Amino acid sequence: MPALGADMDEGTVLEWLVKPGDEVHKGDIIAVIDTAKSAIDVESFFTGTVERLVTDVGQTVPVGTVLATITESRAQPAAPPAEPKGPERPTAPQPPGPPAGLEVPERPRPATLRKREKKIVAAEQAPPAVTISPLIRKRAHELGVDLAKLRGSGRGGAVTRADVERAAAERQREVALKPPSPAVSRIRVTPLARRVAAELGVDLAGVTGTGPGGAVSEADVRRAAALVPEAAPAPEAAPAPEAAQRPAAAAAARSGVERALSMRQAIGRLMARSKREIPHYYVSNTVDMTRSLDWLHERNRELEVSERLVPAALLLKAAALAARKIPDLNGYWLDDQFSPADAVHLGLVISLRGGGLLTPAIHDAADLRLAELMSRMRDLVIRARAGRLRGSELTDATITVTNLGDQGVESVFGVIYPPQVALAGFGKVTERPVAVGGLIGVRPVVVTTLAADHRASDAMTGARYLTEISDLLQRPEEL
Amino acid sequence: MTPDQAQHAIEEALAQVAPDVDIADLTPDTDLRDGLGLDSLDFLRFVEILSERSGKQIAEDDYPHLATPASAAKFLAGR
Repeated sequence: MPALGADMDEGTVLEWLVKPGDEVHKGDIIAVIDTAKSAIDVESFFTGTVERLVTDVGQTVPVGTVLATITESRAQPAAPPAEPKGPERPTAPQPPGPPAGLEVPERPRPATLRKREKKIVAAEQAPPAVTISPLIRKRAHELGVDLAKLRGSGRGGAVTRADVERAAAERQREVALKPPSPAVSRIRVTPLARRVAAELGVDLAGVTGTGPGGAVSEADVRRAAALVPEAAPAPEAAPAPEAAQRPAAAAAARSGVERALSMRQAIGRLMARSKREIPHYYVSNTVDMTRSLDWLHERNRELEVSERLVPAALLLKAAALAARKIPDLNGYWLDDQFSPADAVHLGLVISLRGGGLLTPAIHDAADLRLAELMSRMRDLVIRARAGRLRGSELTDATITVTNLGDQGVESVFGVIYPPQVALAGFGKVTERPVAVGGLIGVRPVVVTTLAADHRASDAMTGARYLTEISDLLQRPEEL
Repeated sequence: MTPDQAQHAIEEALAQVAPDVDIADLTPDTDLRDGLGLDSLDFLRFVEILSERSGKQIAEDDYPHLATPASAAKFLAGR
């Protein structure tokens, strides 16, 4: 169960779009998950073959729970070095037997619980004929190896220590959406990477190390975080283990009333966390929109309705370009330091008709042509309201923009989405008396604001950001 | 477009853009943007649907005519 936004701590499987044996590619939509805020299309993080669907339709499980296991394609460069593969290693379909036991060791858990639960392993599932010494069992437990699946190479088919360790190495290749944690202890991870992984909610077992000797570096974790970012934030959000298996009444999305409540609760938790942890500072500016609007109007005159731009498209593009220019505001505050993002994924606050909001990201917004940005924006709004957003869209934002201009207010000072460090706001474009060249004229203006994390930057930086936006909006043809 | 067709087109466009709005609650003078909370993207879609239905070019300068159901119907039926 990926964390589809920093405010999510559990989700319900509404629908599986794949079945065991199906080939999937990274980015394919494989399931529909219901969260507190919306139904969301979840993409596969890997290319490979679906081995098993672990979480049933209708089940509500905490973030981090294994939803399905996917055997990664051999072609993937990410696969660890080859190791002699057992010739008849049983894979899907599952051998008969109580599957519940099998699932236990894979059940994800808050980090604090991992150690304790590790001892619950399906050792008793080993075929009765095979002898396994207690020491080997213990080793298997440590490595999270399922003895039932092992073919012993020792005398009389006995399972040896080497068998267990080989299986454990092989198991690394079988990457689950959220792989079992026991493998973590065997992966070399730099301390910084470990801390960052904990902050980002990245399961280290799923991270391919590129450091010396295959060690997982901080950069590897951040790369992986781009796939599964912003997991369950604070310890208080960590779900109780007994909540893990709560069966939903039906695999239906929440009712309107439930949705409204859970939406408020999710927003409330995240925003409270933001205000608790982030020392916000605010700056604002008034930007002359004459040039931008004239240019826009001229451009729209020749276009069909479907191709017209709204002023918000210009504002978003300017916000994205400025974020690239002022990188101190584009990224995440993690582990007591700022970590800049290498792309600008612009989170867009979309209010849902009927209450609440979602903040999907427009990927690489600074690189999009205006027309493209506009169509992405329209598409996101439609899908956000229809509950058809993709998981990656809800997790990738590096800076967020709220545009309340359509609601008639002059300015909006937002609350930052942790772990992001800045949120830009645009008010309504209104006509105001403005002094230009010593003369008073009536001009369209917009109030731009920035709420930023004082840990990551100072107001000077925020001021530069808003000045940059203003400059960009004076040269709309370059946007 | 006859006034009836225009009225029908407006109601259908609103049903698509703002499915939560009960058309019965709509008065001829409801302000579509402020009253129904349509944002600029919603409004653009509204214009797009009306333009398709009526076969009429609707320029940006015409947007003020689409402020309320009554004015929009008049605009679509006229000319």
